[in-house]
Amino acid sequence: MNTKLAYLIAFALLLVAPLVLYPVFLMKLLCFALFASAFNLILGFGGLLSFGHAAFFGGAAYITGHALKVWGLPTELGILIGALSAGVLGLAIGLLAIRRQGIYFAMITLAMAQMVYFFFISADFSGGENGLQGVPRGSFLGLVDLQNNTAMYYFVLGVFVLGYFLIARAVHSPFGQVLSAIRDNEARAKSLGYDVERYKLLAFVLSATIAGLAGATKTVVFQLASLTDAHWHMSGEVVLMTLLGGLGTIAGPAIGAGIIVTLQNTLASGPLSSWVPVVLGLIFVLCVLAFRRGVVGEIQALIRKSF
Amino acid sequence: MLTDLLGFPPQVLFGQLLLGLINGAFYAVLSLGLAVIFGLLNIVNFAHGALYMLGAFATAGLTTYFGIGYWGALILAPLIVGAIGMLIERFLLRRLSGVDHLYGLLLTFGLALVIEGSFVKLFGSSGLPYAPPPQLMGGVNLGFMFLPWYRGWVVLAAVVMCLVTWYIFEKTKIGAYLRAGTENPKLLQAFGVNVPLLTTLAYGYGVALAAFAGVLAAPITQVSPLMGSNLIIVVFAVVVIGGMGSIMGAIVTGLSMGVIEGLTKVFWPEASATVIFAVMAIVLVLRPAGLFGNAT
Repeated sequence: MNTKLAYLIAFALLLVAPLVLYPVFLMKLLCFALFASAFNLILGFGGLLSFGHAAFFGGAAYITGHALKVWGLPTELGILIGALSAGVLGLAIGLLAIRRQGIYFAMITLAMAQMVYFFFISADFSGGENGLQGVPRGSFLGLVDLQNNTAMYYFVLGVFVLGYFLIARAVHSPFGQVLSAIRDNEARAKSLGYDVERYKLLAFVLSATIAGLAGATKTVVFQLASLTDAHWHMSGEVVLMTLLGGLGTIAGPAIGAGIIVTLQNTLASGPLSSWVPVVLGLIFVLCVLAFRRGVVGEIQALIRKSF
Repeated sequence: MLTDLLGFPPQVLFGQLLLGLINGAFYAVLSLGLAVIFGLLNIVNFAHGALYMLGAFATAGLTTYFGIGYWGALILAPLIVGAIGMLIERFLLRRLSGVDHLYGLLLTFGLALVIEGSFVKLFGSSGLPYAPPPQLMGGVNLGFMFLPWYRGWVVLAAVVMCLVTWYIFEKTKIGAYLRAGTENPKLLQAFGVNVPLLTTLAYGYGVALAAFAGVLAAPITQVSPLMGSNLIIVVFAVVVIGGMGSIMGAIVTGLSMGVIEGLTKVFWPEASATVIFAVMAIVLVLRPAGLFGNAT
């Protein structure tokens, strides 16, 4: 009941937020919140540390950008194609990566994502260092012009709610329960007759697809797909957002993403702008050493202790 | 004179082969360091690339500020960076014993961001040049190619360092302890060996290897803050290909991946940046545990 109330309040706040805050900032926040939530599906609930999620985020960003700019597809279709391509890429990388566990899984996903990054550096359509610029935002169902930032914001909010709901639904479904069981004790899940690899692969593909959805939406918002989206620093950032917000909690990654994006925006305009990677690194170190449960995890622990 | 080999002039072919061998030497020393660290700490040291960069910067710093030349730096830089590594292990990584090993990876990733970010801020992202030592200036014409002395030295020094490490691990008392610590640290502790100290030393040694590679690299590549940033990902792929089970495996895989990369530069230049990742994918399909690995 409390959670439902919290969600209602959060949703109401998001509805009125553009009245107070700059819509482009809010859209960036929502895209990264969705990206981190998708990532949490594989790390928090699957227990697999992927260090290659930038490939899905950035891959979808490029493909959606190309579909909208060169093929001239409608916005919704372009985003859908981007997300589905990320899912296919997730299937390819997932099939390789789930053959190993733990740190090997992290290294394999990182290496495969680097391969994707090199592909986008050298491919003809991706515009090299400049990226894909001037991607048209188009209109929603051919009716609402998305060039208007407020309209664009509610569109992004819709995408976010859809993606977030999908993740929450997956986590609470029997599938999500089995996934958590595998994370906690793989051997036991296997002995109970679950096809562990299939569950992991499905979770990975789902996570990649929704990460792609976030990347595709980001391209439409900023009208830009660039190498930054696919770089391994992006993979690291999404790990940090998830960790900071709370691993394996539903709301944590979105909150972590909110903190990091706000921090980046604040620092970018101040004297510390060129220290952003250092600040992020320090937060990383502090989180790992002293704050492994993250914001939401700590709050949950506090509630459990107090009541 | 040799005629063209497979349509390529021998100068080009052997030139790339030498470059590949040099890269392979770096891969070997770096992946060896990762394997040493992994053995006792069970973590992947994401800061390895940043510490390799520190080795190169220590070399440049020793020369500029203390007038210590290349040969002095070859000894001192690994010691200095190794000592930094031991501090990292003692005061940061040790706090993570008992929690999931993935946190070790995340901690070292954060450290890499801090170290590389600070150096970019302090020195800019373009590099400083560093001249090779005067004794190794110039080179020799082998008839089919020109071999710069310094490049030959890099391959030689890296291979010797690898063999020394192999000898320490396989033939000495402390090596036996290290291998025992990899197998079963609790039992080793019960026999009265100071395992925490051994772990600190192992991390320091692995890091010193990275710094050693950094010193060797200083006169070849520019000394720049991000010199280890992309390299480390390739080294991770090399580690996945070889598996971290064996020292010899790391050496052989490192060198051969460098050569494969060099040959790809001749025959299919566009693919040279990704060929090692492609090899990794193939190895994962055919032999998931890696060429020399036996773990799951």
